[in-house]
Amino acid sequence: MLSTFEEFKNKFQEFIDPEIILKEQAFLCDIKQDELKNKIFDIFSSMKTAIKNGLNSNELSKSGLSGDNTSKLINNGNLGLISNFSKKAILYSFATIEENARMGKIAACPTAGSSGIVPGVLVAYMEEFNKTDNEIVNALIVAGEIGRIVSDKVPPAGASAGCQAECGLASSMASAALTFLSGGNTDMVLNSVALALKNILGLTCDPVLGLVEVPCVKRNPFLAQHAITASYLALSGIKSKIPLDEVVDAMKETGLLMSPKLKESSEAGLAVVKSALSFKKDNIIS
Amino acid sequence: MQNKKTILDILGPVMVGPSSSHTAGACRLGLIAGKIFGSVPNKVVFNLYNSFVKTGQGHGTQMALLAGILGFDVDSVEIKNSFEIAKCRNIQFEFNNFEDYNRHPNSVDFIMQNNEGETITVKGCSIGAGEILIEEINGFSFNFKGDYNTLLLMYKDAPGMIYRVANLIQAQNINIASMNCDRKAKGMGASMGICLDSKLPYSLFEKIKAIGGIYLIRYIERLKF
Repeated sequence: MLSTFEEFKNKFQEFIDPEIILKEQAFLCDIKQDELKNKIFDIFSSMKTAIKNGLNSNELSKSGLSGDNTSKLINNGNLGLISNFSKKAILYSFATIEENARMGKIAACPTAGSSGIVPGVLVAYMEEFNKTDNEIVNALIVAGEIGRIVSDKVPPAGASAGCQAECGLASSMASAALTFLSGGNTDMVLNSVALALKNILGLTCDPVLGLVEVPCVKRNPFLAQHAITASYLALSGIKSKIPLDEVVDAMKETGLLMSPKLKESSEAGLAVVKSALSFKKDNIIS
Repeated sequence: MQNKKTILDILGPVMVGPSSSHTAGACRLGLIAGKIFGSVPNKVVFNLYNSFVKTGQGHGTQMALLAGILGFDVDSVEIKNSFEIAKCRNIQFEFNNFEDYNRHPNSVDFIMQNNEGETITVKGCSIGAGEILIEEINGFSFNFKGDYNTLLLMYKDAPGMIYRVANLIQAQNINIASMNCDRKAKGMGASMGICLDSKLPYSLFEKIKAIGGIYLIRYIERLKF
C-alpha cells in the first residue's frame, strides 16, 4: 500500500488507474473488488440523496443557526458572477451540509463537518458535463486514495489538526477528483491537490457553541469553489513549487503547532467572540 | 491495534449528522455496549464526560448513544427518535454529566441492567472520524475498536486458559490479529479480548464456551464501515 505521493507518482507514471487502487483497497478491506466498488456506488448514491433532501428542506437545525441558506440560492441565478457549474457546486455543498446540521443522512467525506464539498463538486460536474455514475465513482476512488494517503500522516479530525484536515482535505480531494475527471494526468492531479492544500494551511477549528454549523456550514460551499480553482490552475499547467509530500509534512507540523484552543474545543477564535457567546444564552443547549 | 485507514473510512461512513465523533461515534459506542450486554437492557445509565457533555446535546450525542443501545446503526434515521422508541419499549434511561480530564474528551460509561439483576459496565470513547475505542468492561481493561470480529471472555484465572482458547481458534485456521489480557489477581477474575481476521463459526464459539470457568463470553462481529 502506498504511503507517499512520490510512490503514487512512480506507480501511476502517466495517468491514474482507479481499478488498481480498487484492487489494493479491496484486499485491505478483506472484500471482493466488485463488492468494494458497489459499496462506493452506495456511498455516491447516499451523497445524491443527501443533496436532494437538502434542496427540498428549509428546516432549521436544532440550534437555529443554519438550515435556511440553501433555499436562498435555489431560485437565484448565477448573477453573471460564476459559471453554472460553480453555482451548482456551491448549491449542492450547501444542501448537503445543511442536511447534516439538521441530523439528516450524509456521507462523511472525510468527516461529517466537511461532507458537502466532495459531493457538491462531483454531482454538479456529473450534471453539467453529462457524466455517468461509473465515471464519478472512479473519480471518488481517486479522491479517496488521495485522502487516505494524506490522512495517514494527518488525522482527518478538527480536534487533531484543525479544519485544514477536515474541509481543507475535502477540498483537495474534490480537486483531485475534478482534475482526474477533466482528463488531467497524474502530475496535474497531484499538483491540484498540492495547490488546494497549500492554500488552506493553518485553517483552525473554532466552532461556535461547539456545533458543526458556524463557520462549518458556509465553509463547505467556499471550499467547493476553492477545489474548482485548484483544479483549473493545475489543468492549465500551473504547478506547486512545493511537492505534495512536503505540503503534507507542513500541514502536519502546522496541526501540531496549532493551539488546542483552536482545535474543536471552542475555547478561542470565532467560538468566543461576543456574538458567539450571546447565542449561548438564548440557545436550547445547556 | 492501530488499523490502517482504507478508502471506505475516507469516503464514508454514510451516517446521520451532524458530527462524526459526537453522533456516529456515540451511536457505535452504544451499539457495541449493547452487544457486550448481549441483549437490550431494561435500564441504562449513561455517564458522559467532558466534550460529550458540553457539545453533546447540539450534536444528538444522547440520542445516538441510546439509539446504539437499541441496535440502530449510524445511518439509521431512527437515531432522532431513540428517546421515544426506548420509552415505548419500557427501557429506562438516564444521563449523568461529569468532568474528568484524565478521560478522553469524548468519553462515556454505560451501566446496563436487566430485570434479572445482571449488570455490565462498559467504558469507552469516541476518538474521531466516527472511530471508537472500548477501554473497560466490568473493571477489566480492554482495547478494541470494533473494526475486527472480536471475542470477549471473562473467566476464573487458571493456568493454560489462554493456550486452550488460542489453540481452538488456531485449529480452525483463524488468524488472531491482536489480543489483550487482564486479570484482577492470580486465581481471580481474568479477561481476554481477541481480535480475529475472519468470522468465528458458531460451533467454535460453543467449543470455547465449553472450556469451563468462563462466566462471560461474547462474540462481536465487526462494525459496518
